[in-house]
Amino acid sequence: MRIFFAIFAFSVVVLVSILGFRGSLSERPPIEIFPDMERQSKYKAQSESRFFADGRTDRPVPPGVVHRQYDDPASSERLDDDHYNRGRDSNGDYAEGFPMVVSRAVMERGQDRYRIFCGSCHGGVGDGQGITGEYGMVGVPDFNTERLQDMPEGEWFEVISQGRGLMGAYKDKLNVDDRWAVIAYVRALQRARLGTEEDVPEDMRGELGL
Amino acid sequence: MSRIFPKWSNSVPLKVLVILGVLGVTLVVSVTYYFTPKYTRVGYAPTQPVAFDHSLHAGQLGIDCRYCHTHVEQSRHSTVPPTSTCMNCHNQIKSESDALELVRASYESGEAIPWVRVHQLPDFTYFDHSVHVNRGISCYECHGQVNEMEVVHHDQPFSMGWCLECHREPERYVRPLEEVYNLDWRPESEEAQIEMGVEFVHDWNVNPPLSCSACHR
Repeated sequence: MRIFFAIFAFSVVVLVSILGFRGSLSERPPIEIFPDMERQSKYKAQSESRFFADGRTDRPVPPGVVHRQYDDPASSERLDDDHYNRGRDSNGDYAEGFPMVVSRAVMERGQDRYRIFCGSCHGGVGDGQGITGEYGMVGVPDFNTERLQDMPEGEWFEVISQGRGLMGAYKDKLNVDDRWAVIAYVRALQRARLGTEEDVPEDMRGELGL
Repeated sequence: MSRIFPKWSNSVPLKVLVILGVLGVTLVVSVTYYFTPKYTRVGYAPTQPVAFDHSLHAGQLGIDCRYCHTHVEQSRHSTVPPTSTCMNCHNQIKSESDALELVRASYESGEAIPWVRVHQLPDFTYFDHSVHVNRGISCYECHGQVNEMEVVHHDQPFSMGWCLECHREPERYVRPLEEVYNLDWRPESEEAQIEMGVEFVHDWNVNPPLSCSACHR
């Protein structure tokens, strides 16, 4: 009996030291104890394909395809709208102004998207002092310059869509509506930086210590 | 009459029973402890081809989850970013670093970086990221404190029972929509969570399905 318990205790120690505890970090892929149909021979998003030459399951968009916002059916009625889709006016120049009504909802959407996609480099207030500057990003412009204040909305649209200089394209991250919303928010940031004491409503000046 | 069985044999049946009992209990305990995703999945932390550090990017720099996992709000999938997303910053920052060799090669050649998938549901389960994040279920509930992970590990068991815990009592997990991507947010107390959660569940008409066909088709 004693021998049994000695062997038993030893085996438990060996077993636990091999198997470890729940939640301990491991490089071993998860064991699927009852694999049933957990892994099926089908393609899943962003997975590898052995059929296509480039190894991708997700197929690239064929050249010349016109993007339609599936989440906004109204935008497909604007396929001919160059201002909205390309930021150009009828002469092919950069368009001035916005191709939609700038409402509070648009502004809030713009603020939200700006914070996610732009703030890291351009800074929360658009002064070009985002956190990436501390890690070696240089040449991020301050939005509060005459050149950028005068830059037509259409040109902003093009820069966001295609990138410029060292900045990458953001059209895969911001859909057309979101790009216009961000521009509206940037305009607000610029306006705020030009603001004077007179712009603050009388009853709120106290809060700012004016 | 000579004795056929020696005296010690009297205790043999009892000993056998005890041994079988101990072995039986051990078997039950170890199967319960080990034969579950709480053991087999949680803690899986594969080495990635590029040592991307979430605690640096999402934690220290405070980059929003959606900067890279952009389509999580619109899609079933929380997409892994294309290499061009890395290069938005790394064309300047640490642009000579050896650690980013593979990233630059991928950017130039167009070949995908072979990231190792950490979280993987069974192929017969159809999870939709967008419906969860848009109704107040934070990344944190399933993926844990990713903004503090140097190497991402599997944080939760992802078993069906675990999914159903929340589907049965969503009020214990829903949070304000503006805090969904803030992985450091915690409710003030359990009571505050329930009080807030009940309100959200009512206002947003949260009605998590419990039928099989919700996730299996």
